[in-house]
Amino acid sequence: MMNKRIFLLSFVFTLFVMILTGCHGSHGLEAFEIPENFDESKQYEITFWAKNDTNVTQTQIYRKAIDSFQKLYPNIKVNIRLYTDYGKIYNDVITNIATNTTPNVCITYPDHIATYLSGINICVPLDELMDNKEYGLNGSKLKFDSPKREEIIGKFLDDCKIHGEYYAIPFMRSTEACYVNKTFVEALGYTLPEKLTWDFIWEVSDAALEKNDDGTYKINGQNVLIPCIYKSTDNMMIQMLKQKDEKYSTEDGEVFLFNDTTKDFLKEISGHFLSGAFSTFKISSYPANFLNAGQCIFAIDSTAGSTWMGSKAPLSDISEDSIVDFETEVMVIPQYNPETPYMISQGPSVCIFNKSDAGEVMASWLFAQYLLTNEVQIAYAQTEGYVPVTLKAQNDPSYVDYLSRGGEDNSLYYDVKLKASKLLIDNMQNTFVTPVFNGSASLRDAAGQMIEDTGKAVRRNQIKSEEYYDDLFKSVTALYRLDSKSNQGLKKKELGDMPGEAVALIAILITVWVLLITYAITSRVKNKKH
Amino acid sequence: MKKFFAFLMVAALVLSMAGCGEDVNAKSAGTMTFAQYDAANLDSEVTIEGYLQAKQKFNAEYGNTSLYIQDGEGAYFVYRIACDQAKYDSWKVGSKVKVTGFKAEWSGEVEIADASSIEVLKGEKIFDAKDVTSLLGSADLVKDQNKKVVFKGMTVEASKNSDGQDVAFLYNWDGSGEEGSDLYFNVSVNGKTYNFCVETDLCGKDTDVYKAVKNLKIGDKVDVEGFLYWYNGANPHVTSVKVK
Repeated sequence: MMNKRIFLLSFVFTLFVMILTGCHGSHGLEAFEIPENFDESKQYEITFWAKNDTNVTQTQIYRKAIDSFQKLYPNIKVNIRLYTDYGKIYNDVITNIATNTTPNVCITYPDHIATYLSGINICVPLDELMDNKEYGLNGSKLKFDSPKREEIIGKFLDDCKIHGEYYAIPFMRSTEACYVNKTFVEALGYTLPEKLTWDFIWEVSDAALEKNDDGTYKINGQNVLIPCIYKSTDNMMIQMLKQKDEKYSTEDGEVFLFNDTTKDFLKEISGHFLSGAFSTFKISSYPANFLNAGQCIFAIDSTAGSTWMGSKAPLSDISEDSIVDFETEVMVIPQYNPETPYMISQGPSVCIFNKSDAGEVMASWLFAQYLLTNEVQIAYAQTEGYVPVTLKAQNDPSYVDYLSRGGEDNSLYYDVKLKASKLLIDNMQNTFVTPVFNGSASLRDAAGQMIEDTGKAVRRNQIKSEEYYDDLFKSVTALYRLDSKSNQGLKKKELGDMPGEAVALIAILITVWVLLITYAITSRVKNKKH
Repeated sequence: MKKFFAFLMVAALVLSMAGCGEDVNAKSAGTMTFAQYDAANLDSEVTIEGYLQAKQKFNAEYGNTSLYIQDGEGAYFVYRIACDQAKYDSWKVGSKVKVTGFKAEWSGEVEIADASSIEVLKGEKIFDAKDVTSLLGSADLVKDQNKKVVFKGMTVEASKNSDGQDVAFLYNWDGSGEEGSDLYFNVSVNGKTYNFCVETDLCGKDTDVYKAVKNLKIGDKVDVEGFLYWYNGANPHVTSVKVK
């Protein structure tokens, strides 16, 4: 009778434990585990959210890659959804995490992945997948020529490491460049130095502001001139801090942005906003439009925007009669210390979202990996001033030949584009990325916002005292929730006390084990007595 | 008695007519006329009044929207005014509003940025679209910037898609988009071709105009209505296309 009671009790407890465990599982997907084999007899349909630079050639390359991949793996159908904005992809992913309808493969930024990771098993960690002998990088069962792990440029791969694990693979890399109207610089009596400094930029810019009696600028004879325009002010701030060896943030989410160096920089920039020597994309418009119209001398923008830069640029948003003829030089962004140059590493990476079917995740991994093949890498890199992320592609004779043909035409071999790609290849060792954590995307926005706000405040005559900058720090901190109260998500959380449910679960498990052991001992003793 | 009734009827008619004739240029104290707004320096604070003619979709991510406002003299584009969904819903097209912000210019588009306040006033008006067909290509067109306008008797011209084929419209300016992207199409009049846009923030993929543009054929004769937005030149945000 006693035995039955104990057994019944144990059974009830075990059932209870199983129910609780089941509840826990419903809060997120199970962690992905690599299946032994990829079942090629099973049909898979995966979605790929891709970003392009509003560039039809890039979308064609994506579609061609999908076609080629589907021929190799007829059991995998890839549906593409096109985006032209990383921010839109980020927002859509966040929305779809809630409904468990994330894409399978997605072009994204590591900053964004860090936020996705705040959910349970949302993104697939790629370390084991990359190392898998059969389906990993250059795996034996792959139907395409995938690069070996060591053939992916280490610095670019490491951009995709979050909290010690790889959650993405790099797809393309770019940096920023300064596109210079060399003709105007020389007309002003200057010679471009080998390495640009901020001092040089401001000196030339101030000189360019001289006007004729009729109010037009002497250098271009027009009513409009903004000598220096920066496209991405978050990059501007981040690179300035790096060049000045000042802290920005840590991987644990500690924020150092609001410091005296930042304040001094904003004060310095405010003077150039005031004189009219400097403006930004958000305040004025695309640097390329001004550069090509002879209304800008130093246009600082991504190397991935190089096909828009220069009087012979294949892409343009302004009418042909507004374009002026000048010589374009492509230079490393201005530095504070040119002996130790720093520039941002940016560009799309690819992450994989977890699904309940491990085979579907494997199909996603195979497609993501296919994007690293030379066929895709070289074709996509040639659409803009991008650089392939594998040495295998960079050293491929066809790519080497491509780089050597700058200026042969104004489309595929457009010299400004090729110079932009070479600039990054020559400076890969000087690139850097900022720490990635849940909230790093907001911190990046805040960095740029301070420059934009300063510019507007100067133009609107709203800076009455130095207190403006303290107030700006406060308002931006609040706007992007970077203050100590609301930035809990930014800092790596301490584990703290265990939740009540977990404590109860452990207590039940211990009780069940105690009961089972007691039952076993009691039975033994009884058997001995008999 | 008859005379009294006749007098009463006339008085009522006059009063009702007066009610219809709201002065669309009337401004409350502290508000600029369009001419004053037009003359104001860039980056200066401006306060305008006009009738809301259209609003772009509510951007939940950033908590803002953009507004097309018009009075009897000119029109205003309010760029990304902060709001929540409830506020957005309360702004009815046609209602008179008062907006304070900073005058700005971005690629030729003169707009009110960083609006600090918006107030809904008494009054209502939907303007008829102004026919500016004859102004296309002229320097005078910019004077009607942001107004509700119509281009009549235009001919749909070919655009090249990504495969180099002639098509009547493109998703995105170069064909790099897909369903749900902005639509771009070419129309000509008097031997000159212009590029028009269905901006999806204003007219999304489920709107009649989006569907109408997708059904266009090269050579169609069309009347095109929209707001005269500017991006390095006229770049109308199309709201209606009627095939003749």
